[in-house]
Amino acid sequence: MATDKKTAEVDQLQEFRDNLDLKLQDPKNQNLTTLNLGPTHPATHGIFQNILQMDGEIIMDAVPTIGYIHRAFEKIAERRPFYQITPLTDRMNYCSSPINNMGYHMTVEKLLGIDIPKRAQYIRVIMMELARISDHLICNSILGVDSGAFTGFLYVMQEREHIYDIYEEVCGARLTTNMGRIGGMERDLSPKALHLIGEFLKRFPKVWAEFEKMLTRNRIFIDRTVGVGAISAERALSYGFTGPNLRATGVDYDVRVMNPYSSYDDFEFEIPVGAKGDTYDRYLVRNEEVWQSLKIIEQAYKNLPEGSYHADAPHYYLPPKQEVYRSMEALIYHFKIVMGEINAPKGEVYHSVEGGNGELGFYLISDGGRTPYRLHFRRPCFIYYQAYTEMIKGGQLADAILTLSSLNVIAGELDA
Amino acid sequence: MELTNENVLGKLIAQFGEENIFDAYDPDGIMTFTTTRENIIALIQYLYDDKDLQVQFLTTMAGVHFPDHKDKELCMMYQLHSLRHNYRLRIKVFIPSKDPVLPTLTNIYAAANWMEREAYDFYGFIFTGHPNLTRILNIEEMEYHPMLKQYPLEDLTREDKIDTFFGR
Repeated sequence: MATDKKTAEVDQLQEFRDNLDLKLQDPKNQNLTTLNLGPTHPATHGIFQNILQMDGEIIMDAVPTIGYIHRAFEKIAERRPFYQITPLTDRMNYCSSPINNMGYHMTVEKLLGIDIPKRAQYIRVIMMELARISDHLICNSILGVDSGAFTGFLYVMQEREHIYDIYEEVCGARLTTNMGRIGGMERDLSPKALHLIGEFLKRFPKVWAEFEKMLTRNRIFIDRTVGVGAISAERALSYGFTGPNLRATGVDYDVRVMNPYSSYDDFEFEIPVGAKGDTYDRYLVRNEEVWQSLKIIEQAYKNLPEGSYHADAPHYYLPPKQEVYRSMEALIYHFKIVMGEINAPKGEVYHSVEGGNGELGFYLISDGGRTPYRLHFRRPCFIYYQAYTEMIKGGQLADAILTLSSLNVIAGELDA
Repeated sequence: MELTNENVLGKLIAQFGEENIFDAYDPDGIMTFTTTRENIIALIQYLYDDKDLQVQFLTTMAGVHFPDHKDKELCMMYQLHSLRHNYRLRIKVFIPSKDPVLPTLTNIYAAANWMEREAYDFYGFIFTGHPNLTRILNIEEMEYHPMLKQYPLEDLTREDKIDTFFGR
């Protein structure tokens, strides 16, 4: 029943969009209202501006403006030693900083040709999947808030705090984590961190099941989201969608499976896909991905290998502080690394990870110096946000807000 | 046909000729080669349409500035991905900074729209045929393209930051 309604609504919307140009030329429709949505509107959850042309409640045209928090990370990266670029990546998708950190570390490790021990890879997987959960958790609960359900948001926000407690135990920071180092993790998982992860794995499934119960079959939520902001698989691919937003349209592209990194091929998990690519499908895909992430964390937590938490790469990985006071080599390496006097080999690498919103890629050219010659971030948000105009045309203003939250556009990643 | 770097390169050279597909190398498992700006659109269209390749996803585009390469100062890197075969490749086009004109890719990939605007904004590439080639992340009043290497990140006239030991 819901599917029939969905198909009909999506077709209707597509037909409306197809005829939009004709409608705009019609003299009857010249009397449009201009509405400024953003840049600091609370419902946009970030700083984006859209100048809308409205016919009553219907959006006829939209002109997006971005760049309000552009911080020139790509330029800054050309002057910083490699290890000082990690904090910049924190500030891209700040809902899942560890994924950005790890993605950057792995790119540099690929350039340097360092092999990372299994234990460090598993710890990274645990942290990345926790980050994915916290990212999807924010997106879906905010979607609930925008459609009028505040309770679920407050309820699962508590769990995000618990995830941040784990981050804090692992790296000392909560939001902008700067987690790990080039060559591994900065320290091993402490007994307390292991305990916190274990507790989280026990407690979180109940919380998430309850959250799903509140929204997934909720009549109001379904009415608000089914058929809203739909995009077809062909358009989504043309627009360079990746991640949950692409999978909601029915394309099972996941970097973790297609180009496994950090031992992702050791774990069993599924790629959930949607059918219509509307807001409801995006919600369902993210929900299911949280379950899959939990499955991965459980496997990594149970089978955490013994061994070192960092690679044996003294040129690039800081020695332990005690050693610095005792041994000459350690002191030299410590000094050279901290002063950024370590030259990376010449080379050109691209490495991508499955970020919270899709394929987060790092394209790095090194000319053999202490800094990258060029570092380009492939930011999924920047690439798919350009489809937003097309997705909201012909819909109502309230639907545009829901579409924006279900796309999970993070301003920091959009503008870099 | 199994997609290996040699096979794909051979196929492209057979189609476009050695004078248009050159400098092929493999820095990180992704085949990289250079082409000319006259051929770039036809090449990407061919990769898109070919039944064996089906390279139908534009992963990213990035400009690079090499001020020391005479008449090849600007480089545009196109990275494409065949999702069907999980095959990635990277195409580069070098153009002089006096004449930074490239044809637009927006007719093949909608995603190229903002990527090209970003390249215009930061490097000054001009994409002919682009529907709306304006600045995207920087303010419209800006008079230069900030990612070019002649614009240093830090103010070099500051004396309090000169480090005589390390020459920076």
